[in-house]
Amino acid sequence: MTGVCVKEECRMVQDTTKLVVGDTERCVGCQSCMFACARRLGEAGLAKTCIGVRSAGGMERGFIVVVCRACDDPSCAKACPYSALKPQPGGGVKLDMSRCMGCDHCRKACMIGAIYWDDEGNKPMICSHCGYCGKYCPHGLLKLGIKGDAYAER
Amino acid sequence: MLKDDSLSNILYIDLTKKSFRIEKRPDLFESRIGGSGVAIRLLAEECPQGCDPLGPDNPIVFAVGPLTAMFPLASKTVAMFKSPHTGNLGESHCGGRSSAAIRLAGYGAIVIKGASEIPLYLAIHGSQVFFRDASPLWGMGNSFTVGRIIRENEPGAGVRTIMRIGGAGERLVSYACVTAETYRHFGRLGLGAVFGSKKLKAVVVSGKRSIPVAEKKPYRELYDEIYQLAVTSSVMKKYHDLGTAGNVLPLNELGSLPTRNLQSARFEFAENISGETLAKNYLGRRLACAHCPVGCIHIAALREPYADEAFFYKTSMISYDYEPIFSLGSLLEISEPEGLLKLMEQVEIWGLDAMSTGVIFAWATEAMDRGLISEKDTGGPRFDWGNWQTYAQAVRMIVEPPNEFFRTLARGLDCASAKYGGEEFALTFGGNEMAGYHTGPGAHLGTMIGARHSHLDNAGYAADQKALSTGSIAEPEALVQSLLEEEGWRQILSSLVICFFARGIYTPEMVSRALRVSGLQISQDDFIRTGKEILREKNFFKVREGFSLDNLHFPKRIFELTTPAGDIQEGYLHRAMAEAKREQQ
Repeated sequence: MTGVCVKEECRMVQDTTKLVVGDTERCVGCQSCMFACARRLGEAGLAKTCIGVRSAGGMERGFIVVVCRACDDPSCAKACPYSALKPQPGGGVKLDMSRCMGCDHCRKACMIGAIYWDDEGNKPMICSHCGYCGKYCPHGLLKLGIKGDAYAER
Repeated sequence: MLKDDSLSNILYIDLTKKSFRIEKRPDLFESRIGGSGVAIRLLAEECPQGCDPLGPDNPIVFAVGPLTAMFPLASKTVAMFKSPHTGNLGESHCGGRSSAAIRLAGYGAIVIKGASEIPLYLAIHGSQVFFRDASPLWGMGNSFTVGRIIRENEPGAGVRTIMRIGGAGERLVSYACVTAETYRHFGRLGLGAVFGSKKLKAVVVSGKRSIPVAEKKPYRELYDEIYQLAVTSSVMKKYHDLGTAGNVLPLNELGSLPTRNLQSARFEFAENISGETLAKNYLGRRLACAHCPVGCIHIAALREPYADEAFFYKTSMISYDYEPIFSLGSLLEISEPEGLLKLMEQVEIWGLDAMSTGVIFAWATEAMDRGLISEKDTGGPRFDWGNWQTYAQAVRMIVEPPNEFFRTLARGLDCASAKYGGEEFALTFGGNEMAGYHTGPGAHLGTMIGARHSHLDNAGYAADQKALSTGSIAEPEALVQSLLEEEGWRQILSSLVICFFARGIYTPEMVSRALRVSGLQISQDDFIRTGKEILREKNFFKVREGFSLDNLHFPKRIFELTTPAGDIQEGYLHRAMAEAKREQQ
């Protein structure tokens, strides 16, 4: 996939590092991350984004950043009747397009709402933890790191 | 050719028939880009000559541009309509999420005509358009609550805009605003009243489609270049640190901060209401418009105890910017930051244009000082410089007028001064209340000859600053030429709906490169020509609706108070106006 590094050393890093979301109180809601995620594929707009930023009940209350948190035992994978979602080392899943029937079970199973939907291809879109969005967070709250670190800081 | 043809979709909505249709107009977007360029064409097409601004025939046009949702800071929506405030061209720009939402719902422009017999709001989710009964929302006092209810009733969280009116729009106050995302506004020239006249409480738009680009790699590279400039460049620094409120102290130091209805241009308590003080003591959150990493929106957190119950507090989140600080602060001699914030909150709740409201209060206060009006006229309230409590009460009286005096205030300052006198200190330019710059002749001339009588039309204060730094004041004819040149270029920026704060990044060369990625080839020479043509179309519309530069008069007050550029001479401005007339013919 475009935008994801295929070099051997990178892949090793990616196996253990995941996208971690820092203190969302610093989020200004610019949504640069959302646009970045779509741009990874060379597109503008938001149809292909796997990360979402929305207000926590009005902008005055700040923002919620919704993205795959790389569960160790992902509900989405367990819910897939076709084993199209393969759990990854360190957490998260990888989608096997050829197995996916677009049944939507995974999206319903993810209680944080981190599975986005590609309406054109009728398939789920799930963060691959490539870290591209993090380069465009003006306040540095999206980073590749060891899962759980950002939460420990708070 | 535009790579993404959804931009050329125009959504036409008829509120009378509760119907809609989509029309493709690729020619229009290719020749007029988007934003202001497209909106003035649509306004001229849809607005019958001489129509009542508050009648069903007055159209509301929203337009976005080819760079929206593609590059950072192309984040504004242009609204055009016939203004109930001036009776002529109404144009107002707003950020929030409006621009990205309209573009990603699949439209380049939306035209709303007709009027509903019952209150309604529009919900536009991609290609679906819903007419929703807004009876329960009509008459609801607090616009924050209206936003909350619509938020809970509509899908599209995160990728939607909720543009709504408060009580001022419902009650047709001629300078009622439309608020998007709680803190951003189509502030000027009364779009809120046009909404109200159509019984249109709100317009919700959501969408998240994709936009194809001409070439992927150059797109990503150029994006990175623009993004880096937006987050690191010194031209953007002032907007994200203190925000526009950072202008208070420098303008005060210069002697350009309108104070006490421009009886002074320095405010002895400027420090109290400065961006620095507000940041130190109240700044509670910073926000950004969609697809803008700058985040210039500054929100104060005001914690207040309840008077009637111990250990009971409320915390209000109030947006502040330079313009409301000037108009509701220094211009009214309000030196208590908490009082200023509470007054701003009232204006926000009721949905008025903060600038017009403050300038009108300032006139009323001076008129009272001079005995032109009294408590008999106001029905009680006595306006006193610095007494924010009275002003805060009077906000509601503008919206729900208890008497003829407040009914007149609700129609704007030109109306009020024509009736009660004091034209010489009624600070309006072309029917619109002034902005916060007494920097020299450029600022006042700029708003007078600007197509929408806004300080943002041509940034006359920048011309004054330049004159100050070079030590030489231009001949009036040269000043007019430089203002028109700037206004021409700004037609291109506002057709691309690029935030004017990013004008330092989006140079003609940068704009040209960005457009190439979107598939549009426009040369820099074309920009100059197209900018002039768009401006000419605006002026054509204005003349058609009865506008004449001959009918404009500068308030005498601006000649009585010196500026950093020295005293403004009436003769100088008359020569400038003559030049502006020559140019318009």
